[in-house]
Amino acid sequence: MLGSNLRLAYKVLLRRKFFTAVSLFGISFTLVVLMVAVAVLDHMLAARPPETRQERTLGLHFAFMKGKSWMWSSEPGFLLLDRYARGLPGVERMSIFTTAHDVPSYLGGTRINSSLKRTDGEYWKILEFTFLEGRPYTTEDVDQARFVAVINATSRGRFFGGAPAVGKTFEADGQRFQVVGVVPDVPRLREVPFADIWVPLTTAKSDSYRRDLMGDHKAIFLARSASDFPAIKDEFRARLKRVEFTDSHYDSMSAALETQAERTASALDVGPKRGFIGTDGQGNTHVGRFWAALGVLAVLFMLLPTVNLVNLNMSRIMERASEIGVRKAFGATSRTLVGQFMVENVALTLVGGAIGFVLAAVVLHALTASGLVAYARFEMNGRVFLWGLGLALVFGVLSGVYPAWRMSRLHPVAALGGGAR
Amino acid sequence: MIQLRGVEKVYRTDTIETVALTGVNLDVAEGEFISIMGPSGCGKSTLLNLIGLLDAPTQGQVALHGAPIGSYRDRDVAPIRNKEIGFIFQSFHLIADLSVVDNVEIPLLYRTLSAKERRSLALQALERVGLSSRVHHFPSQLSGGQQQRVAIARAIVGRPRILLADEPTGNLDSQMGDEIMAIVHDLNQREKTTVVMVTHDLLRAERTARTIRLFDGRQVN
Repeated sequence: MLGSNLRLAYKVLLRRKFFTAVSLFGISFTLVVLMVAVAVLDHMLAARPPETRQERTLGLHFAFMKGKSWMWSSEPGFLLLDRYARGLPGVERMSIFTTAHDVPSYLGGTRINSSLKRTDGEYWKILEFTFLEGRPYTTEDVDQARFVAVINATSRGRFFGGAPAVGKTFEADGQRFQVVGVVPDVPRLREVPFADIWVPLTTAKSDSYRRDLMGDHKAIFLARSASDFPAIKDEFRARLKRVEFTDSHYDSMSAALETQAERTASALDVGPKRGFIGTDGQGNTHVGRFWAALGVLAVLFMLLPTVNLVNLNMSRIMERASEIGVRKAFGATSRTLVGQFMVENVALTLVGGAIGFVLAAVVLHALTASGLVAYARFEMNGRVFLWGLGLALVFGVLSGVYPAWRMSRLHPVAALGGGAR
Repeated sequence: MIQLRGVEKVYRTDTIETVALTGVNLDVAEGEFISIMGPSGCGKSTLLNLIGLLDAPTQGQVALHGAPIGSYRDRDVAPIRNKEIGFIFQSFHLIADLSVVDNVEIPLLYRTLSAKERRSLALQALERVGLSSRVHHFPSQLSGGQQQRVAIARAIVGRPRILLADEPTGNLDSQMGDEIMAIVHDLNQREKTTVVMVTHDLLRAERTARTIRLFDGRQVN
């Protein structure tokens, strides 16, 4: 019966070419937007080099310090991370690093802006960078405060014209570093591994950062397994209660260890009730709400084209009242007819989905080529395809179920007469 | 085969009540060929719809093979319509987007048959009505008489024991009408299919075993 239904669906689509074109435009446009959004999220969140062990990695990106009348929210400082986040049970490795800062370099009188990140040696053991040449700097390099650097491919091009760079030196932010390794560009949307230049933490111009509870540092934690996350988070939360404050204006500290998805939720968590979809002031995470909110947004976005498609489907179905009457007269149940019309609608949506998939690939290619997001390579892949397929199916079902139900309720006598009753 | 006892059909809207049929009692024996006659609006098609379980009586009872129809719920009557009853309509009601053979297969879609079995039965039914050479044509490529023959093939493909024909020659010229009636009579005589036919044509009614006459929703014979 499926074959017969699909053949009929094909004929019906060809019969009213204008309606079909309008329907396909609506479906494919909607799915293009959704698939591009999915591809961007996939680019931000999926495990990919150098964040290959993301499923067992937690990050500490934000802290909130409070007193009776004072509040301070920012990235945590080195002291907080070093004193209270080291040696958490279940953590295999921990790395502390700064946020990426824009720093200037001058090359032949030309200013070059780069993003520079200062890290410890463990950073290179948790993240799995592929080295185009050379090697990472080591914990010993950091301890000895050696002025060595790892740079990305773009920086190699900027500073050395793309020639081999290991052993050569360059200046950044008024300091001179010797290149020990070169890695491929990492997209800006990958917050933890992104930078143009990585140098040891200890090369900072002052060591005052070591005394700061709040500052511009972050940390990542490689757990033995994701099942250790709750215990790690609990222990860290308990340690925060014992923080010794260096500034008497403050007496409490909150900060949360977050997965990448939780971090993204927190970063997007805006509005009057912060902590609703991300991590709240008590360090509780609500990433489930984040995914639910994305789902609701997707459904809301699909709502208008769905209503349009429902209307188009209703007029198509009423044209086919006689067919409905015949099918009922010859033994079709309402349920069978709902199935038939759902198959037709899902088939239409999948055609729209296929067009949308091709268009989304074009849009993503253009987005990548535009350089709007540094080093981003937005692309269609298996995950995005499956999401697109899922969204097309949801869209097909949403827009088909009501017309199909209405149609199945037609009285056979009225349907044979060509109208509703 | 078919029994109607005290059947009444009333159509109600918010403001008006229309009695389409009242006090109809009817027995049709197995293999019988009867016709229903009467002026327009007298309830002929309503009676045919009640016999075909396309509509439920407001009062009274319809029975097939001695078994009263207790429920007119979709899932209860759809299998009976599928297995026991074949319909022929005045305006053919073929699906324009489907080929002749696909149209004929429709009743078989609602049975558990393989595609091969369905195709074989549909081709047999088309051969029975003399349309073997037109199986891949579309309805719009056929004459009115040929379209009605396709409709007959569709009605008999599931080997129903009852054939309900609502003015089957009403849209055809007399020669094509005669051809169609010859097929219907042949089905009745050779295969003992019970036929109930609504017609305005006295000559065609006289060729059936019995004629039921209706006037203003009542049996008048």
